[in-house]
Amino acid sequence: MSESSTLLLRVKDITKIYGKNRKDAAQLAASGLTKDAIKLKTKATVALYDINLDINQGEVFVIIGLSGSGKSTLVRFFNLLHQPGEGVIEYKGKNILDLKSKELIEFRRNTVSMVFQHFGLMSHRSVLDNVAYGLEVRGVDKATRYAKSREMLKMVGLEGIENQSIDSCSGGMKQRIGLARALACDTEILLMDEPFSALDPLVRKEMQFELLQIQRRLKKTIIFITHDMDEAFKLGDRVAILRDGRLVQVATPQEMVSNPADEYVESFIASADKTKVIGVSQIMQTPTCVVRESDGGARALQEMRLNGVSSAYVVAAGMQLKGLITAQGALDAIEQKKSVYDFLIREIPKVEVDAIITQILPLAVSSAYPLAVVENGVLRGIVTKASVISTMI
Amino acid sequence: MDWLFKFPFTSKLDLESIDRVIRDFSIQNKVFFDGIKSGLTAMINFLYMILAWFPWWVYLILVFILGYSIKRSWKTGLMFSAALFLIGYFGVWDLMLITLSIVLTSVFLSVVFGFPTGILMAFSNRIHSILRPILDTMQTMPVFVYLIPAVMFFGLGKAPAVLATTIYAIVPIIRLTNLGIRQVEEEVVEAAKAFGSTSIQTLIKVQIPQAKETILTGLNQTLMMAMAMVVTSSMIGAGGLGMEVLISVNRIEMGRGLVSGLAVVIVAILLDRLSQGLAKGKEKPE
Repeated sequence: MSESSTLLLRVKDITKIYGKNRKDAAQLAASGLTKDAIKLKTKATVALYDINLDINQGEVFVIIGLSGSGKSTLVRFFNLLHQPGEGVIEYKGKNILDLKSKELIEFRRNTVSMVFQHFGLMSHRSVLDNVAYGLEVRGVDKATRYAKSREMLKMVGLEGIENQSIDSCSGGMKQRIGLARALACDTEILLMDEPFSALDPLVRKEMQFELLQIQRRLKKTIIFITHDMDEAFKLGDRVAILRDGRLVQVATPQEMVSNPADEYVESFIASADKTKVIGVSQIMQTPTCVVRESDGGARALQEMRLNGVSSAYVVAAGMQLKGLITAQGALDAIEQKKSVYDFLIREIPKVEVDAIITQILPLAVSSAYPLAVVENGVLRGIVTKASVISTMI
Repeated sequence: MDWLFKFPFTSKLDLESIDRVIRDFSIQNKVFFDGIKSGLTAMINFLYMILAWFPWWVYLILVFILGYSIKRSWKTGLMFSAALFLIGYFGVWDLMLITLSIVLTSVFLSVVFGFPTGILMAFSNRIHSILRPILDTMQTMPVFVYLIPAVMFFGLGKAPAVLATTIYAIVPIIRLTNLGIRQVEEEVVEAAKAFGSTSIQTLIKVQIPQAKETILTGLNQTLMMAMAMVVTSSMIGAGGLGMEVLISVNRIEMGRGLVSGLAVVIVAILLDRLSQGLAKGKEKPE
């Protein structure tokens, strides 16, 4: 998936402390004291401590944490709306903290754009002029920036409202406009600070879906902030969990579910719907009861008896899945002295190896047999009803 | 035990020396102050010339149109122009134009100096904390006190009246410009910066337009306070409606006082309604 991708952003040893006694606070933080304890002792607030992250080109990198964990501060370091106290933030190997103010403005104009939690739209401008804002400050002429903005509005599913006022738009529309504004700049990096948390649940789902659609087409590098684990697992190629200003774990959703770093991560995961994260490959079992299509009925029956089941998968050379034979079918084959091939049930439930549980749920419930897991037609394993259900509890 | 009931110390502040210093200062810098005075007087006279150039019925029509466009009701427009008609009917039309030229010059100066000051104040907490007590003083100082230095530096006439009025009326435009810009939603300003706006672009394209309503409320307040100075400033020879009021008080002429007082009220109400309409209306996007 993302193993071959190239490094785009690197966050090295970022620390941000507010208030007085910063040095003392940093020392206490190094000794492992919690944010609250340090606040009591030194009156300094350790917003972020010792953050190290590598973000690859084209991935959706989700940073999740509760309020006060420092996630909104962290995302603002990537376009320097906030300045980190210490550390380095590299874009393509160059430290953006060294940028002069003119260079920083160019960096913001051409490389990174942002979507805000409460939209950050300008109510004195029309919808179109809001979307065109980034291009306008860049100095793009009116015709070009309006054409581009119309295209972006179309992409986010808003057409024909170009001249409306912002106040007349619903929350969902506003965030689409915010997204269109960010996309219009055509920047490599997209920062999204809890973009969907101000929306109601149905609209949120819709927007998540649409973001994934757009991402499939545009392949931006997205840094996405959220406090919702479901959202993190749904959107993120990788997820970083932030707790009280420290990174707890950075991993793919699957890794995180199977190997949570500590109880905190576990409790976070517990808040999410695991069926959306766990893949078929994680719960499938090795298919034990397998016969070849040239085998006789007696061989199939013996195999079933050995494994204590009432059906067997039939494969051709190279484990190519052909179908399934039941005990009744095997008996018929013995009686008529034919191979299992003639009594094959070909229409059997199959799932792809990279599917996730939610996708196979209806099939698993309705099917009379265990589901066969295939990869390019090759039998890789089976998924039983029991193992699917056990992921949900 | 006398000190318990009587203040034990009083300073022998040499108040006369304060007078002397200011008088000497004004004499030494006579050329400078005279320059300002003649500049201001020219401005006021120029504005009066423009105002007086239009015949009376132009004002009636203008007020009708503005009144109509604010409330979308021809009744409001008609009421406004009827009120203005009354001023002419009372025979104080020309005095009103003199008053208007003084008030509008003061408002113009207040905006020219107050608006940028308000912006500076919004951007720097240091300037903010320095200016705040000064603004408080300017607003609470009894207005007559402004007349003294105005007269000492500039003598009698319209110019010192405009200066005293400006000092009194500039405060709301500064305060509300500052407030308006500070109140712009944090995320909106962040958005402007995040898309690579320079500070000037952020100010002109986002902060000022977003603060527009508050700033215009400040302008309205400045206008009203300038109107409130009309009678006071006539004490140093401002002329106009205020002078009429002052004369009628001195001579105890009730009728004359009523007519000129009413004219002041009408002008004030018209200016207030029209400028408020300006602040609230025109919210349509481009």
